[in-house]
Amino acid sequence: MSATLKPYLTAVRHTLTAAMCLEHFSSQVVERYNKPEVEVRTSKELLLNPVVISRNANEKVLIESSINSIRVSIMIKQADEIEKILCKKFMRFMMMRAENFIVLRRKPVDGYHISFLITNFHTEQMYKHKLVDFVIYFMEEIDKEISEMKLAVNARARICSEEFLKRF
Amino acid sequence: MAQTITFGDSCAPITCHAWNKDRSQIALSPNNNEVHIYEKEGNDWKQTNNLVEHDLRVMGIDWAPNTNRIVTCSVDRNAYVWTQGEDGKWTTTLVLLRINRAATCVKWSPMENKFAVGSGARLISICYFEKENNWWVSKHIKKPIRSTVTSLDWHPNNILLVAGSADFKVRVFSAYIKDIEDQPGPNVWGSKLPLGQLLAEFPNTQSGGGWVHSVSFSADGNKVAWVGHDSSINVADATQGKSVIKIKTEYLPFLGCHWISNNSIVVAGHSCIPLLYCHEGNSLKFVAKLDNTQRKESGGLSAMKKFQSLDRQARIETNDTYLDSIHQNAITAINLYKGSKAGADKFSTSGLDGQLVIWDLRSLEKTMDGLKIV
Repeated sequence: MSATLKPYLTAVRHTLTAAMCLEHFSSQVVERYNKPEVEVRTSKELLLNPVVISRNANEKVLIESSINSIRVSIMIKQADEIEKILCKKFMRFMMMRAENFIVLRRKPVDGYHISFLITNFHTEQMYKHKLVDFVIYFMEEIDKEISEMKLAVNARARICSEEFLKRF
Repeated sequence: MAQTITFGDSCAPITCHAWNKDRSQIALSPNNNEVHIYEKEGNDWKQTNNLVEHDLRVMGIDWAPNTNRIVTCSVDRNAYVWTQGEDGKWTTTLVLLRINRAATCVKWSPMENKFAVGSGARLISICYFEKENNWWVSKHIKKPIRSTVTSLDWHPNNILLVAGSADFKVRVFSAYIKDIEDQPGPNVWGSKLPLGQLLAEFPNTQSGGGWVHSVSFSADGNKVAWVGHDSSINVADATQGKSVIKIKTEYLPFLGCHWISNNSIVVAGHSCIPLLYCHEGNSLKFVAKLDNTQRKESGGLSAMKKFQSLDRQARIETNDTYLDSIHQNAITAINLYKGSKAGADKFSTSGLDGQLVIWDLRSLEKTMDGLKIV
């Protein structure tokens, strides 16, 4: 782990732990409904100030919280064109299967690559500290995953071109 | 020290719970539209009744000790009063709340002749029984509540009511119903007491912010304690010119607070442990953590556990699943189990982990160094 990653993840972990203090809260606007306040934004007093934690210009996390839900949006590092394509495809793959990930949002928030929406129903069904672990684990692994895929793509390209050039 | 009870084989969160007078029965809601009643048989708890009338999640239960009536309120905008017949069956009486949003909390008054229901319609319904029609009617306290009422507590004189709400304020109202009660005399909070009279209003912070999660009147009724989402504990004293003492803690926000003597408060919440604070003169002091559970060391089965966790979660470490506390998720409710607000011996907490824990303050006082409840 590089020198700046550790404090970055620690900051995210502490912020998430504090932000994920959710409770059941029925809508004040629509009868008999329960809506994530962070998404509908109908009552100003139920929203907290959003927090941005950034490691550098290309890697940051936006945490928006409210009384019954929080939204975590992650910007993933993309160094070159290949990483950009890989990230786009990979996020698309996951967000198409968002219901299997339970806390994943189907669309990322503007300016970010992937968003999670965690409501009080999730914190009631799952351990909160495990949810925080999950988000942190995701952040740790996603960079690794993308760089591994990039290596795989490059290796494959090299073999292909080698085979191709053998003919000449 | 602390006795843990789980009900049935479900591990659904316990939204709220209420005890009957002799603590042989408990009413609780397993985070849905039902209210389960369990009775103690030896060391076991057996379900005796299932009260199903609501069609959405039950948010509040209160059991009147002397008249043996249960009142429940729910997100479906209704409240019901349950009375037990001679055959042990519970029957409902309708309550006309006249609200159009979720009911969030309910409390019987100390005399048990009326109750208050807080709601997301930004009002409090004070309900009393009308004999002619055989139902409970309500009167509203509307002004100046600006957001959902999150918690309520009655003053021991049966007239005053304190309400905390999501607009960051705690308010003391008069809930005097002239149809059923005699004219009340003046008290430390105020002397003019028509229904809905605002006697005091305390912002949670000066700059605004922090939803109020729980409020509690002290046993003598002179002090109000509340906890907010800014992890603070506050006490307002009417005999000291309604001055407010605030202490900000390093813990996660608290969801419940309860007086256990004239000067001591128990608070609990997202940190999963109950804490004891003491109000002395002009300060609030931290006294003790009431839960000192150490993390359980995993025993001889570690190899098996290791492979299981590798298999199921593709993870190697297993020991970080359990927290260093009895409750494994946020504590949402605190109730007294033995004693009164003036001097409690035992209290119970329930939370999102589906456990109910009974804490014995007297034995904690004996076993913990320097713990003295005043």
